[in-house]
Amino acid sequence: MTVGPVTSPTETQPVEEAPAVPGTAIEGRSLGRIAWTRLKRDRVALAGGVTVLLLILVAILAPLINKAFGHPVNEYHQDKIDPNLGGIPPVGTWGGISSEFLLGVQPVTGRDLFSQIIYGAQTSLLIAFAATLLAVAIGIVVGISAGFFGGWLDSLFSRFMDLILAFPLILFAIALISVLPPTRAFRTLVMIVVIGGFSWPYIGRIVRGQTLSLREREFVESARSIGASNLRIIFKELLPNLAAPILVYSTLIIPTNILFEAALSFLGVGVPPPTPSWGRLLSDAVQYYEYDPIYMFVPGMAIFITVLAFNLFGDGLRDALDPKANR
Amino acid sequence: MAPAGGRPMDVINYILRRVLTSVVLMIIISMVTFGVFFMVPKLAGTNPAELYVGKQATPADVAATARKLGLDQPVTVQYARFVKGLVAGRDFDDGPNKTHCDAPCFGYSFRNDRPVWPLLLDRLPVTISLAIGAAIIWLIGGVLAGVISALRRGGALDRTVMVLALAGVSLPIYFTGLLAQLVFVHTLHWLPGGEYVNFADDPAGWAGKLFLGWVTLALLYAATYARLTRAQMLETVGEDYIRTARAKGLRERTVIAKHVMRSVLTPIVTIFGLDIGSLLGGAILTESVFGLPGIGRLSIDAVNTKDLPVVLGVTLFGALFIVLANFIVDLLYAVIDPRVRLG
Repeated sequence: MTVGPVTSPTETQPVEEAPAVPGTAIEGRSLGRIAWTRLKRDRVALAGGVTVLLLILVAILAPLINKAFGHPVNEYHQDKIDPNLGGIPPVGTWGGISSEFLLGVQPVTGRDLFSQIIYGAQTSLLIAFAATLLAVAIGIVVGISAGFFGGWLDSLFSRFMDLILAFPLILFAIALISVLPPTRAFRTLVMIVVIGGFSWPYIGRIVRGQTLSLREREFVESARSIGASNLRIIFKELLPNLAAPILVYSTLIIPTNILFEAALSFLGVGVPPPTPSWGRLLSDAVQYYEYDPIYMFVPGMAIFITVLAFNLFGDGLRDALDPKANR
Repeated sequence: MAPAGGRPMDVINYILRRVLTSVVLMIIISMVTFGVFFMVPKLAGTNPAELYVGKQATPADVAATARKLGLDQPVTVQYARFVKGLVAGRDFDDGPNKTHCDAPCFGYSFRNDRPVWPLLLDRLPVTISLAIGAAIIWLIGGVLAGVISALRRGGALDRTVMVLALAGVSLPIYFTGLLAQLVFVHTLHWLPGGEYVNFADDPAGWAGKLFLGWVTLALLYAATYARLTRAQMLETVGEDYIRTARAKGLRERTVIAKHVMRSVLTPIVTIFGLDIGSLLGGAILTESVFGLPGIGRLSIDAVNTKDLPVVLGVTLFGALFIVLANFIVDLLYAVIDPRVRLG
């Protein structure tokens, strides 16, 4: 949502130039290399990036990690909860946290919260990434067509994007999802389609805007004057120049999509149980949070840390790739 | 200030065109929503009339209800009747008992047989109370934080505000809402729990119940506003006309207040309009977390009980707010930003 350069403090300092070695020619640096140099200096963004990588690893290696530190996802451990307290773990045990149950246990069933969180990362990231891919694909196609061809096509696509952005998003999504069959695979697919289907206009608008300004530039003109076809101009001239903004804004809609998935699960229209999901854990925690706050805190922090990491990384990436920032 | 461009005909033209766009947008949204909510159950193999009469009903009852509600008609006929109901009201003919539903008629709730429109109106004050209170806090807080941050660019204050803002946009409201209630309601007992009360009945109780909702919701939005304000300010300060303003000897305060803020306000007005518009259509997550009986709560209850007329009503109601907000924003835009061409 926030557009424009948000320069991080580190960038206001002068760039450290490598000591000039006599006899070497000044080398042109590609945008990728410049961005990488800048990103390396932005420690906050790097921390975000490393956290993102770790989270992806956790999601991929969930079965292995769980074998080492957790318990089977749906194994009940009713000895870990106190039936006299309405089914929450004994008072003073911090939600049942122990060397055996690293993040405590779920009330009533006593399932291991650690394994729920680890597998929840799989659900969350899978849906968010797939939805983002879908959004980016639609956004690029629609944005480039609208910006490049202009005219009625542009009006049509622009109005269409307005239309989607005018929908009461969450309400429409829950209403739509709730009338469709809730099997696991189908629900996952529907969530991806719905989340991606509502988030592509953000990409589409940016791509359209960039295309509009790029198509008037000299290099496009020169390509056209030597007889390049529209397709060639789009793929060889426009797309490479659009790569940076597309990359940045894709990184920035991933966290939005993670929050969207969690919100849908929180409202009861997420991936059905027993597949673990952070949003559903939180909504389940609502009825116990006065007595077992850890159970609410753990999935809440999981969502927070993940979303924050993506935001920090995306922000840093935008600063690093922004040609307007001082080099 | 009058919209730039001057001539009154231009202004009227511009307004008329925006009205037309909004109306067309609303018609399309209503068609899509209507189509989706009445086709999807069919595809999924459920009969809406069955939802209405309940599972124990005989097939004859179901058929009678379908006829009464016009559910046996093709979707185009149903839509035409729906629109007629919205504009002029409609009659439901059940043989012995006829019921008339006044305009704007969104139909009857499947669950309690009440017309949808009064249901919506009942819930609206709660949602408005929540949205307006939060909006005041986030608008002032967010813009101020952004301005201060930009003026102290690179300093410790700037860095702190920006880290907080990034944390703010990364926190889901159903998490901060629960945390806030745990701390302030259940542990410290500073604020009352319990049910929502009307402003007219008990102003203090009303504010006490809404307070955490205002603050958590405002936190989320203020974060975005602070980032946007800061970015926009930093970009504007580099513009030539700002240099000119400084060069002609204006005090820094005047430059910031008169020249920079004007350009900063443009995007703020846009997203403020859209945010308020979508919030008035129901702050589903906030209302569920804080147990506020607003439009959002109504919609999630309707979804859970498969009360299609209410779901449809709330969705269109929400869309109407967003479209209206868009319209108002477009008009304000022309007032605030002299560069907006009316032609």
